[in-house]
Amino acid sequence: MIAEAGLAALWFAGALAALQLAMAAIGIARNRDDVSAAVRPVAIVQGLLSALAMILLIWLFLRSDMSVKLVVENSHSAKPWLYKFAGAWGNHEGSMLLWVTILGLAGGAVAIFERTLAERTLTATLGAQAVIALGFYAFLLFSSNPFARLSPAAPDGLGLNPLLQDPGLAFHPPTLYAGYVGLSVAFSFAVGALVTRDVGPAFARAMRPWVLIAWIFLTLGITAGSYWAYYELGWGGWWFWDPVENASLMPWLAATALLHSVTVLATRDGLRAWTVMLAVVAFSMSMIGTFLVRSGILTSVHAFAVDPERGAFILALLAIYIGGALALFAARIGTVRAGTTFDPVSREGGLVANNLLLSVILGIVLIGTLYPIVAASFGVQLSVGPPFFNKAAGPIALLLVAVMAAGPLLRWRRDEGRAVIARMALPIGATVAAAITLMFVWPGVLAWAGLSLAAGLAVASVAPLWKRNLRRTPLFTYGMVIAHLGIAVSLAGMASDSAFTQETLVAVRAGEPARVGPYQVTLDGISPVIGDNWSALEARLSVVRGTQARVLHPQLRFFANPPTSTNESAILTALDGQLYTVLGQPDAQGRWQLRLWWKPFVTLIWFGGVLIALGGMLSLIGRVRRERRTMLRAEWA
Amino acid sequence: MKRVALWAPLAIFALVFVVVISGLVKPGETVVRSAMVGKPVPDFALPAMVPGKPGLSAATFRQGQPRLLNVFASWCVPCIAEAPQLLRLKAAGVPIDAIAVRDTGTAIAGFLARNGDPYARIGSDSASRVQMALGSSGVPETFVVDGRGIVVKQIIGDIRPEQVDEIVQAVRAAR
Amino acid sequence: MRGRVLTALLLVAAPATAQPVTPPAPYANVQLADPAKEASAKALMETLRCLVCQGQSIADSDADMAADMRALVRERIDKGEAPASIRAWLVSRYGDYVTYDPPLSALTWPLWLAPIALLLAGIWVARSSFRRRAR
Repeated sequence: MIAEAGLAALWFAGALAALQLAMAAIGIARNRDDVSAAVRPVAIVQGLLSALAMILLIWLFLRSDMSVKLVVENSHSAKPWLYKFAGAWGNHEGSMLLWVTILGLAGGAVAIFERTLAERTLTATLGAQAVIALGFYAFLLFSSNPFARLSPAAPDGLGLNPLLQDPGLAFHPPTLYAGYVGLSVAFSFAVGALVTRDVGPAFARAMRPWVLIAWIFLTLGITAGSYWAYYELGWGGWWFWDPVENASLMPWLAATALLHSVTVLATRDGLRAWTVMLAVVAFSMSMIGTFLVRSGILTSVHAFAVDPERGAFILALLAIYIGGALALFAARIGTVRAGTTFDPVSREGGLVANNLLLSVILGIVLIGTLYPIVAASFGVQLSVGPPFFNKAAGPIALLLVAVMAAGPLLRWRRDEGRAVIARMALPIGATVAAAITLMFVWPGVLAWAGLSLAAGLAVASVAPLWKRNLRRTPLFTYGMVIAHLGIAVSLAGMASDSAFTQETLVAVRAGEPARVGPYQVTLDGISPVIGDNWSALEARLSVVRGTQARVLHPQLRFFANPPTSTNESAILTALDGQLYTVLGQPDAQGRWQLRLWWKPFVTLIWFGGVLIALGGMLSLIGRVRRERRTMLRAEWA
Repeated sequence: MKRVALWAPLAIFALVFVVVISGLVKPGETVVRSAMVGKPVPDFALPAMVPGKPGLSAATFRQGQPRLLNVFASWCVPCIAEAPQLLRLKAAGVPIDAIAVRDTGTAIAGFLARNGDPYARIGSDSASRVQMALGSSGVPETFVVDGRGIVVKQIIGDIRPEQVDEIVQAVRAAR
Repeated sequence: MRGRVLTALLLVAAPATAQPVTPPAPYANVQLADPAKEASAKALMETLRCLVCQGQSIADSDADMAADMRALVRERIDKGEAPASIRAWLVSRYGDYVTYDPPLSALTWPLWLAPIALLLAGIWVARSSFRRRAR
């Protein structure tokens, strides 16, 4: 009954999406304002219906309804309730439903909150959103039905992959999807603006908050995913340039470029073509990423269950949406291209460099990720991994960091090279000082450059605040400062981890100490532990640093449904880094394998990520407040 | 910006699309093929695994007669499935040698007792060194080696009944 | 006593997948005594692909084949062999699939050229955004 209700809600939502599209098309083509006005409520209801379908699916999981195929394949009655809840989207169909739900809710939110955009353009935007929604509703209903029944019902389920049985599953996918799919709003705005030829500062000001929201979620989602992989997979790695990781990074790169570009359009009426193109590219990358992860054409630890037929469906959708949008761009952008121009040495110039470098990194990641497929078509099996990406994208990223440091200190429209360098004196000094200091520890070329530039960027990012009345500085300026500072912090963490991590592998008996970094680690003993749906061997490690003593409990965990074992690492977080401990297998002589790492300042990586998102939030609040104040002033005048 | 440049993004997307389609239509190999096919068997000398059966060295393969080299282990489940095929091959006159990967004498003796013993020699490869030297990435795998010690063919996975004739042909042709 | 029995039971009850019965090779999970050599070995291991995994390096994998490859790498580094030579040996056995650092070849030169090519293309596109300096 509930499953059928969920399916019905989904069908209704799909029908409403079709209605939304029809009404938007008629409203614009025939200039029917009454029809256009009805598009908003339809979009809102469509969003609510897809949310209802998602809630019903979650309810089915929470109740462990074993007559629904998806629940049987991915859940088990003995699972803790949190993983029943989050397990609803821990599989292909459920996560696609989450995708579509966020798509619908985002469209509904635009329909409710968007007041500054011209009415015609908004109608076109909602129409574009409906087109996207239709394709994905079709995909769900015809190819990935989450509510399919299993008859006769199974006695119990197959359980959720133990690697996913973690609080990270409750947080990472929804946040990431809110980001990915939130970019659809920017895409729809761009398509709407191309249709109505309304690409200008007003359009940019209206689009900016939506881009910011999606970008903030995407930043948080990627940061969370990185930390989750770090502590869950048991080897202390936080980024591997894995195809699925790249699939989340590419939209972020495009969205970051878009974020900066839309500000230039909003304040200076420049970069019109760049902004529209980036809005299309950002969501295109989201869709391409969704495709890559589910189609089975690339191997990955994080990939979903493989199904080429579904891959072909999404590929067809991609061709229509991305091909259509790019064709529309080529056809229409010529007529809306009159923006202002500016000097190469100027804030706009810096932002163009920013767009350019981010796009280059995006291109490198895309080519590197797809290249094994190209090689396979020539009959050669290739692997493209961290050595390529670090060597190819690393230097460009460092160049970008330098541009990021100078950018906020450049004047709009025109600036003098010499004056810029004078303003940059302190950041340059910080970089040089760091570079010289680091030569004594020599952390390797990339890490040395990274740490030195991070120092310079940190100083440069707070530079816009000097000589300003801090109380009268707009909130969005603080946003920029904190976001750029976050990049510097994150970069410092990445460089420090790659250069200064120490690793110790030992096989010990109880009482034998091992050393890693500033810590002495002693195995006290191994004891069995029983959990909700697992049993484990837990080590008791006494960890001593100077006068401080702590106890850590890494585990070797065994699950029954499905039968697997996992390493549960035990991490000690200190102010200057993390001690990461993993229990391995025993050997024939009764010694236990221990993997120990001392990772100095590694937490800065994710702390930086949170700072970046925080900066985005401050910018968002600041911009929305400024918009409201401008609107009120205009009303008063 | 020239008119042509505006259509460039669409063209780039079309290129990406083509690449991706080729990945779907012609999926890449899921197994890792050895790069040693066509090259001489690498030099090795492995100790005996079970009493009464000699160990294996590369020299055996240079005696002028084509042989099969089977990579297996007692803990390998598909190896049980291919045991009847190996016995058929032995009956057809094909000499078969083996390397047992990461295994013990007792376990192998038990495996042979349960599943039959088609092997002339079995070498003990306790650290997978020879397996790696051959470019083998799993068990079971079988290599057809000609009389001069050149690897002619690699069969990945257990030998199916349909493949037996084809392997006999390959061995005869490898003279 | 009960703790030990339970521990032993848990070890036995661990998922009954087909596992080798022998202990891992020396140096699979033991570091080299010389820190410089260990660092060199570690760096190499992080760029070699585990052949039986879903996309991991041999440094990050629990698979037995990966353990044996780690042992091979460490032993050879210990004997003084250069990392490039060990990588080449593995490539001669398994093809380019085993290395995460694609070698520059006729097939891969577009890949390695891409960063420069993209940069130049981007600069050319960006040129149109800039104002022509008034002469």
